[in-house]
Amino acid sequence: MKEPKFTLIKGGRVVDPANDMDETADLLIEDDIIRAVGRPDIPAECEVIDADGLIVAPGLVDMHVHLREPGYEYKETIAGGTRAAAAGGVTSIAAMPNTNPVTDDPSVVGYVLDKAKMGGVVNVFPIGAVTKGLKGKELTEIGLLIKAGCVAFSDDGKAIANSSVMRRALDYAKAFNALIIQHAEDPNLSEGCMNEGVTATRMGLPGIPAESESILVDRDIRLVELTGGRYHVAHLSTAGALHSVERAIKRNLPVSCEVAPHHFALTEEAVIGYNTDAKMAPPLRNENDRNAILEGLARGVVEAIATDHAPHDEDSKRVEFCCAANGVVGLETMLPVSLELVRDGVMSLSDCLGVMTYKPAQLLGINRGTLTVGCPADVVLFDEKQRWQVDANELHGSTRNTAFHDRLVHGRVKRTIVAGRTVYEDGQ
Amino acid sequence: MIKSQIWNRKHLLGMADLSREEIISILDTAASFREVNRRDIKKVPTLRGKTVINLFYENSTRTRTSFELAGKRMSADVINMSVASSSVKKGETLIDTLANLEAMNPDVVVVRHSESGAQEFLAKNLDAAIINAGDGSHEHPTQALLDLLTIDNHLALMGWESFEGLTVAICGDVLHSRVARSNAIGLATMGANIRFVGPPTLMPSQVEEAFGVRVFHNMEEGVRGADVVMMLRLQQERMTGAFLPSVREYYEFWGLNHERLALAAPKAIVMHPGPMNRGVEITSKVADDPNQSVILEQVANGLAIRMAVLYRLCGVEG
Repeated sequence: MKEPKFTLIKGGRVVDPANDMDETADLLIEDDIIRAVGRPDIPAECEVIDADGLIVAPGLVDMHVHLREPGYEYKETIAGGTRAAAAGGVTSIAAMPNTNPVTDDPSVVGYVLDKAKMGGVVNVFPIGAVTKGLKGKELTEIGLLIKAGCVAFSDDGKAIANSSVMRRALDYAKAFNALIIQHAEDPNLSEGCMNEGVTATRMGLPGIPAESESILVDRDIRLVELTGGRYHVAHLSTAGALHSVERAIKRNLPVSCEVAPHHFALTEEAVIGYNTDAKMAPPLRNENDRNAILEGLARGVVEAIATDHAPHDEDSKRVEFCCAANGVVGLETMLPVSLELVRDGVMSLSDCLGVMTYKPAQLLGINRGTLTVGCPADVVLFDEKQRWQVDANELHGSTRNTAFHDRLVHGRVKRTIVAGRTVYEDGQ
Repeated sequence: MIKSQIWNRKHLLGMADLSREEIISILDTAASFREVNRRDIKKVPTLRGKTVINLFYENSTRTRTSFELAGKRMSADVINMSVASSSVKKGETLIDTLANLEAMNPDVVVVRHSESGAQEFLAKNLDAAIINAGDGSHEHPTQALLDLLTIDNHLALMGWESFEGLTVAICGDVLHSRVARSNAIGLATMGANIRFVGPPTLMPSQVEEAFGVRVFHNMEEGVRGADVVMMLRLQQERMTGAFLPSVREYYEFWGLNHERLALAAPKAIVMHPGPMNRGVEITSKVADDPNQSVILEQVANGLAIRMAVLYRLCGVEG
């Protein structure tokens, strides 16, 4: 029998929001699981990692990532995308199904999982399509896709615009307690290429009104009332939608939402100069929307911070603004940009880590995002105070389309551990 | 007018970049070139040996001709390239096209493009000097400059000493208009009061805040007391359907006729960037009015403005 391998992470400030823990402690890992937290007896053969001065937290869970493989390997691969995750302290990612072929069939789920196992360095949880080919018409085999490994369902990149299809999806998904994730943009109101308002008017760009999002969220909440299906708003970007979600939660409807760091850290003004690295869907909104999202985070309305990590090759971005692809990468800036919420007094460190760990894990029903004894040993060690400047050219993924290039941030990932194995270590 | 020679830009991308002094400087230079255009032999050697490329991704007759003639009258070598947008989508990217032209060392590339920001994108990524001859719904700076020159010529006749206090009503499809945006910016820089007049569906979001203008949806109120009535072209594809119910309704409520013009200041001038849709946004009687219409003057001034801009951007010392 193989001897167990022990790793001790020593003397760090252990913050485990799921267990309401925040104290200086040691963390003992046996092979791939958490064996003990506190002042454990140290086995004779044990690798010791000094975490003095560092925060030791559950590896982050990003429930909204585009890995681009299969089909768009020229943008990113599962191997490259998971490398970026590891560098960002993200140990579990949920992969959106808008690949080619679309993840609408168990065979594609198998392909993604195999690729992740062979070349990936973090846990990959596929999200299945709600409709076949993301066409918004026929439901996918939600039951079979769950059996194959899907943890949620979404047509992300496109909204489920047809009310009848959305109703059936929410209804049918109940049989499997499956989560339906909506990309909430009414296609008829989303023909622009940035947020509608003063900046778009000055720049002569067609705008997308905030109502594009809130109208669809309002409609969907009515359908949740009708069906009782579990509903989650992806990358929520507007004050109106935030308030709708908050009201729905107060009425105990199974409604939740995630927000992306770019939506709470930036506004539409980042687009000035026709910056295609600030172009995504939904678009960056105005200060009023940004403040509403911050308040939503502070009040606990937001269940998850998720990046909508969307790698794009340079040719897709080095074009006229309206022709440029939507999307920005976010895995490697998720932690430091979110820690701004703590520095700015919006949230406590524990709450901030909570929406990046156990809360999204619970939404997806995956046994991750906590340091509970017996759980998989996915851990991130970071220096909360270390200052660094984001440089698009130094990212670990395959592309450089970040909206945070040149931003001065605090908080640097020093080590990322997945299932007991170090998958990333910071040289600086 | 204050004489000024401040102008050391590499590109002309938009009116938003220009200070009042720079605008005055270019209007002064243009005024001096107008004289050349009235000569018997309309050619000066100023830009001999310089190369100007006109790269037009949208159809244009007058702007392209105006730039071409401007270059030729100053002895520059002028090359016209028209690129159909549909073929572009399938083939070479904008940046590659321009990089190829740049390899031939032109002094200036004049670009018109259907996407807002296209010229700014090119200017950031390449070395060539770029003149924006219209980008999407964003800016058309030489049009605004020629309009300012035209208004400037009439200030005294209208009883004004400067642009300060002057009221300009810009009427029609503001939403899609780069002419409206560039004029609003330029006129605001010069101190004029600006009104945007048109149907709500053709007015951009939060336009008052964006440009410091007053918005009128009623044409009579919009032109009342205005010193300048500037009409915008209504594009064919926007005449029916989504933005407007019909041409006849548009003409009935927002077309410029003499009854409406009579509400403007007594010596008000009428402008239009062309090409006009007679009987849609403007009646022929108003368009051809010998006392109030300055539409052909605009064309003449356009040539002078483009000569001035080419002259400055080609690096010739003034």
